Amino acid sequence: MKILVTVKQVAALDDEFELRDDGRDVDEDFFEEDLNEFDHYSVEEALLIKEAAGDDAEVVIVTVGNEDTDDALRTALAKGADRGIRIWDESLADADGIAVAKVLAKVVEREKPDMVFTGAQSADFGSAVTGMALAGLLGWPHAAVVCNLEYSPGSDTATLRRELEGGLEEIMTVRCPAVLSIQLGINEPRYASLRGIKQAKQKPVDELTLDDLGLAADGVTSASRVRRMYAPEKGQAELITGSAAEQATRLAEIIKELRGM
Amino acid sequence: MANLIVIAEQRDGELRETSLETIAALTSIKQADDKLAVAIIAADPQAHVQALSVDGVDEVVAVKATDDFQPDLTEAVIVELAKERKPSVIAVAHGVDAWSFAPAAAVKLDSGLATDVMGLKVEDGELVATRAGYAEKVLVDIDFPEKETVLLTVRTNVFEPAAGSGSPEVTEMAPPEADVATTHEGWKPPADAGGIDIGGAEFILSIGRGVGDESNVEEFQELAENMGATLGCSRPIADNGWLPKAHQVGQSGQLAANCKLYIAMGVSGSVQHQWGMKHVENIVAVNTDPEASIFSIARYGIVGDMFEIAEELENHF
Ligand SMILES: Cc1cc2nc3c(=O)[nH]c(=O)nc-3n(C[C@H](O)[C@H](O)[C@H](O)COP(=O)(O)OP(=O)(O)OC[C@H]3O[C@@H](n4cnc5c(N)ncnc54)[C@H](O)[C@@H]3O)c2cc1C
Ligand SMILES: Nc1ncnc2c1ncn2[C@@H]1O[C@H](COP(=O)(O)O)[C@@H](O)[C@H]1O
Repeated sequence: MKILVTVKQVAALDDEFELRDDGRDVDEDFFEEDLNEFDHYSVEEALLIKEAAGDDAEVVIVTVGNEDTDDALRTALAKGADRGIRIWDESLADADGIAVAKVLAKVVEREKPDMVFTGAQSADFGSAVTGMALAGLLGWPHAAVVCNLEYSPGSDTATLRRELEGGLEEIMTVRCPAVLSIQLGINEPRYASLRGIKQAKQKPVDELTLDDLGLAADGVTSASRVRRMYAPEKGQAELITGSAAEQATRLAEIIKELRGM
Repeated sequence: MANLIVIAEQRDGELRETSLETIAALTSIKQADDKLAVAIIAADPQAHVQALSVDGVDEVVAVKATDDFQPDLTEAVIVELAKERKPSVIAVAHGVDAWSFAPAAAVKLDSGLATDVMGLKVEDGELVATRAGYAEKVLVDIDFPEKETVLLTVRTNVFEPAAGSGSPEVTEMAPPEADVATTHEGWKPPADAGGIDIGGAEFILSIGRGVGDESNVEEFQELAENMGATLGCSRPIADNGWLPKAHQVGQSGQLAANCKLYIAMGVSGSVQHQWGMKHVENIVAVNTDPEASIFSIARYGIVGDMFEIAEELENHF
């Protein structure tokens, strides 16, 4: 039994940042990179299934990214995943979720997992594209924003809940193998232990090129292109300045006035 | 002439209001000779025709199938409509259902795709979609080179719902063959609120991840009580179990429907949090990061530490 979990290294911006010279992205000097928050939950969900299933279950972590994204893989391996796969080619530098999904589809064909988990969205762009695009390419059953999952390895269906608007959840069964995008809060992600972090360094990571997957660079096209990136107009917020005491005094005035106190 | 298509949605037989916002998004770029068709998949699609007969809609396509949400079926309908009509744009609301089917439909069509779109324009004859990036700190203009069809999911609460009444042509479409891999089994309603009424509260003090640790929550609970505010929170606080889910403001939590004053401390202002509160007239943001997107919707901003502000605030109540 094998579960494939796709993970992404996402970027948060420093308090101050500048755009790249071509105006199509933020200068990467201002990035703080980390494993996507949502992926902590999908990795955890896979590990829980593996632990319940016993030894012959395998959790494989996949990322599409340059060598800087190894950290994301190692973070997942340190939690207890078995091995990693990283695919990279310079032609992927501007890849959107659709292009990434095309690469991941080849990995799925190669690995033949019983389940694929992705995060519900990436915390940097919130596209929520990659997982369900992957399912579309594979022609696999799929469900997004899964907040509860009952699945026993080998079973040909899983029962899940999709988290909808306003806290409503839908209970659904889905045929397996399936691609599921995992929502925050589905479980309590573990932290890696020191031992886990040490072990992760020894775990096998396959580094693959597009060629290795039988893909040509011009076969991995995106469905969108960034024309420009820019700062949103500053809001109308009136800034309350001064010391914390002064700020709080002004805030208290505002509260009392608006509340008629 | 171009064909524009909106995929309207219903949940459990009830039309989703966001369908009207999506119609409005497309009418904003509709040219005089363009044709806008709205498709609805339902057990009784005719029941929704009137509500969808708003300004700008030329045709309602009624697909009689089931009220159950089946991503495979929706994808098949989208593929069939695209094959038939070669639309330039297909749009659907960026709701949780669309998360399941829109990207899958896009790869099946080999179309352009942009999700969570908050603005649309045409530049030199080309469609350009605007969305946010890096936790709402930047805006991105996106185009779709060489794509005949573009699929868009449209952010909710941005476009004013289409109104008025037209008399669109109503056509019926037989549901296409689809290998449906999911089965609807039922609903799980939100957990009991235990007396916490975010929807009814006029004054909310909300805390976000900036609160740092469970042990810090109590002092904000006390501050809220002393000020006469209801304590709200962002999602991570509820996910961590630091406060019951009923306190959560946002898309998957509560709408602060009656709120007049909303103080957000240590909340970054994600789109999902804003969903529940950005309409509030008086928003005060307290955040250490001057670039946090919560400031873009606030009326008053304090760049500062929520603990220091809270401690000082205690002296006034
Ligand atoms: C389908 C879906 C539904 C969702 N529904 C919701 C929802 O209903 N509600 C919701 O809130 N989220 C929801 N989310 C999650 C959402 O995407 C964000 O992850 C979440 O809103 C972030 O919460 P936050 O602002 O508290 O945390 P963060 O984004 O981590 O922000 C924390 C902020 O605190 C600031 N800060 C840190 N320390 C301090 C300090 N000492 N003083 C002052 N400021 C400080 C930081 O600068 C930062 O801006 C949903 C996500 C998905 C995918
Ligand atoms: N470059 C990538 N490599 C592997 N998985 C990815 C990549 N980008 C996105 N994903 C997966 O898709 C999920 C949703 O991301 P997105 O579609 O970018 O919102 C993430 O949580 C990952 O599981």
